[in-house]
Amino acid sequence: MPAILTHRLAVLVALAAIAVLLPLAFPSAYYYRVAALVFVFALAALGLNLLMGFAGQVSLGHAGFLGIGAYAVAIGPTHLGLPSWASLIGGAALSGLVAFLVGRPILRLKGHYLAVATLGFGILVAIVLTNESGWTGGPDGMPVPSLRIFGWRASGSVPWYWISAATFLVGAALAINLIDSPTGRAIRAIHDSETAAGVLGVDVARKKLAIFVISAVYASIAGSYLALFNGLVTPDTAGFLRSIELAAMVVLGGMGSILGALVGAAILVVLPQVLTVLHDYETLVLGLILMGFMIFLRAGIVPSLAGVLGGART
Amino acid sequence: MIILEAEGLAITFGGIRAIDQVSLAVDGGQVFSIIGPNGAGKTTLLNLFSGLYRPLDGRVRLAGEDVTGQAPDRLARRGLSRTFQNLQIFFRMTALENVMVGHHRLERTGILADLLHLPAVRRQNAKTRQAAHAALARLGLAAQADRVASALPYGALKRLEIARALASEPQVLLLDEPAAGCNPVETKELEGIIRAIARDGVTVVLVEHDMRLVMNVSDRIHVLANGRTLAEGGAAEVRTNPDVVAAYLGIHGTQEATRAVG
Repeated sequence: MPAILTHRLAVLVALAAIAVLLPLAFPSAYYYRVAALVFVFALAALGLNLLMGFAGQVSLGHAGFLGIGAYAVAIGPTHLGLPSWASLIGGAALSGLVAFLVGRPILRLKGHYLAVATLGFGILVAIVLTNESGWTGGPDGMPVPSLRIFGWRASGSVPWYWISAATFLVGAALAINLIDSPTGRAIRAIHDSETAAGVLGVDVARKKLAIFVISAVYASIAGSYLALFNGLVTPDTAGFLRSIELAAMVVLGGMGSILGALVGAAILVVLPQVLTVLHDYETLVLGLILMGFMIFLRAGIVPSLAGVLGGART
Repeated sequence: MIILEAEGLAITFGGIRAIDQVSLAVDGGQVFSIIGPNGAGKTTLLNLFSGLYRPLDGRVRLAGEDVTGQAPDRLARRGLSRTFQNLQIFFRMTALENVMVGHHRLERTGILADLLHLPAVRRQNAKTRQAAHAALARLGLAAQADRVASALPYGALKRLEIARALASEPQVLLLDEPAAGCNPVETKELEGIIRAIARDGVTVVLVEHDMRLVMNVSDRIHVLANGRTLAEGGAAEVRTNPDVVAAYLGIHGTQEATRAVG
């Protein structure tokens, strides 16, 4: 982790280089589509990583915020006549507010109890989105009008690749900034010892809440992008499986690693696409591969590989 | 001037009175030791002082203000800091970062500024880093600054906790068995460190089993047994107090005390 802190700019430059150079290897628009999805999910995973990897607080309900962001850009323009960009911002603000209200009581819980409470929150959001069919279109979901900025219409894989990559970079820059700041040190301290952090003057409850709100905003923006990109949103966006997938991205890529969020998202988005050639065995092989990663790269892919490359770092 | 005061403090755990009507007053700038046999309630008393436990009865006053039942972070912001007997280190962070967290109560940036890494944050980081380096140097840990805490030996971690507490520039520093697990050389060093801290005007409340250390550094000693006050006084008084010798020190302790005199 200290290496990441000292090379903050290097991480950003490397990420920017990946985003710019990657399309050179794309033979078709389909690759742009997959890569755009990678960056969108990486954004959500990055926010969740701030919460899980840095502050050490589990959330198994983060797809709930993904769902709020996604439905904001569907409901805003359709029912409220708001432009998409304003709906996106409104969704992010709403997610932050919901996180604030939900986080106050549940962030007192620790470990498994917090996991189950956040799980419940995610399921709650999915149920509301399914049942309020007058607003949300129910289980079938609803169409999402394209994003328009100054008359330009963002549709198709290529623009969304650049939008999502650029946003991920901004998100990564903010996350790196945060980690190397008084707030960042305080949340990392909370991860290791809430008692010691408190005794040193860290308002533990408030810092946890702040990071929960920030991670919710990340997820919400990712959800809005997902909906705008797909042109359609269904309650599955906020579903239990999505929440698990986000948490898996964080753990697989590496807890407390900025780059890990991208790697985790890339694997969980790309692998299922690649494995479709196996037809019936797709899910089975995917599961085995994930188990293999966790057995052999216990600290997550990025920290484990960094450990091997950087020598004996503990 | 009395800086830390307990009045009729009491707390029970499962019906057992861990601390029973304890009153004491610590003068500013003193080294005030709390001793007693295992299970006497020394750490419990420190936990009451630092806000980790809420007393069932009694009051705690810090610099004249009633702070009974206040949360640890609020007490920290009033200038109370402590170390832990069972280490509470931020093991994923470097030694320097651990101590930088100690400076948290003096840091003045908002979360938005932190996200944007505004110049104020950069200045604050530089200030915090400087304060942390100074605290590490005081404890002889300058060379370990960039090592991850989990890679440091036990003795260094004990000193790291003191450096971290000092970085919060406390008025009152509670030390919970700082010499536990230290060899005689390290203990002697610790004695010098405690003296130096007190010389800077920081009040030290010391819980310690090493009698030689306690007798050497303490201005005043408070003896607990079974959660109650047994005696209080200077080193000489406590050492010769027949109650203390009989009820607390016992035969083994008497030998220990005799050696401490010599």
